[in-house]
Amino acid sequence: MGRRAGAPEVNAGSMADIAFLLLIFFLVTTTIETDAGLDRMLPPIEPPDDEVVIKQKNIFQVSINKSNQLLADEELTDLKNLRAKAIAFLDNNGDNTCTYCKGAKDPESSDNPDKAIISLKNDRETKYSTYITVQNELVGAYNDLRNREALRLYKRTYVDLEAEYLNPETDADTKEGLKEKVLTIKKLYPQKLSEAETTSN
Amino acid sequence: MSKYRKKSGSGTPEVSTASLPDIVFMLLFFFMTVTVMKDDVLQVANELPNATEIKKLEKKDRLITIYIGEPSEKWKDMVGSEPKIQVGDKFIEVHEVGAYVLGKIEEKLEHIRPFVTVVLKVDRKASMGLVSDVKEELRKVNALKINYITYEGDGFLNLKN
Repeated sequence: MGRRAGAPEVNAGSMADIAFLLLIFFLVTTTIETDAGLDRMLPPIEPPDDEVVIKQKNIFQVSINKSNQLLADEELTDLKNLRAKAIAFLDNNGDNTCTYCKGAKDPESSDNPDKAIISLKNDRETKYSTYITVQNELVGAYNDLRNREALRLYKRTYVDLEAEYLNPETDADTKEGLKEKVLTIKKLYPQKLSEAETTSN
Repeated sequence: MSKYRKKSGSGTPEVSTASLPDIVFMLLFFFMTVTVMKDDVLQVANELPNATEIKKLEKKDRLITIYIGEPSEKWKDMVGSEPKIQVGDKFIEVHEVGAYVLGKIEEKLEHIRPFVTVVLKVDRKASMGLVSDVKEELRKVNALKINYITYEGDGFLNLKN
């Protein structure tokens, strides 16, 4: 009799089952994903105060028409060749002031990476997927050049450096060091990608 | 004597499952804390294009999402099949985008307002016309930092279909 005097114990055997049920619910509904995409900066709406004259040879004009064809520097170009063409343009070093460039030094192409501007134009009926591919290739051209320089200077790719710099888990000291490196590389090949307003027809 | 006989019973001893609930609870709490319920119900087609040169968006509190695409089957009867802009749970017109973005920025904490990024989730089949209009609206309200959300993958796959 003495053993039965206390309050009866509740059977906890099914607790695991209940917990499993909840666990499976959360497992199914969880999406551990961070969005990723192409970062772009829109040009401010007010025109710059001083009219800057840019030489035609320093502009690399990329236009996409409504049937998704690509015109790069006034030539019909296949999308697969766009990256190589953009790299050749950016890395050209026409005025011989860029010490790290490995370009062809063609006097008809850009003076140096600091002056080189890529201008992207698209039609209203251009497909978004084509537009993104072109953006991707142009950003890729900059990244390829930056990677080359980062490998030369710091033995790491620029993409790698930047990813660590932007990672919130990197501690402040490392970040400070990385910031300097990232800015140095950015200065070697500044991203000058202008988006002109869309044309209709 | 009987006490000892019980312990040395034949067969392999059973593994205690008493700690099973604890382990399961641990997992449960982990998933409960990392779960983010989707706050927007998609009302437009949203198959994103691929790209390789992408950056991860880490700070979710600084993002304002705009979806663009063809309305999904359920909504086609009501709003037609032309590509539409969806924010939150509703469709808006191009001229309302600026006001919406400003309103959203206003809701953010003051110190993160300058870093707000407008995230564009655009269906790959959409045409650039509507996207350009949205970009123009964003320029008008000076929300210049944008991000085209894409999947990670070969960009040339976009050109098919």
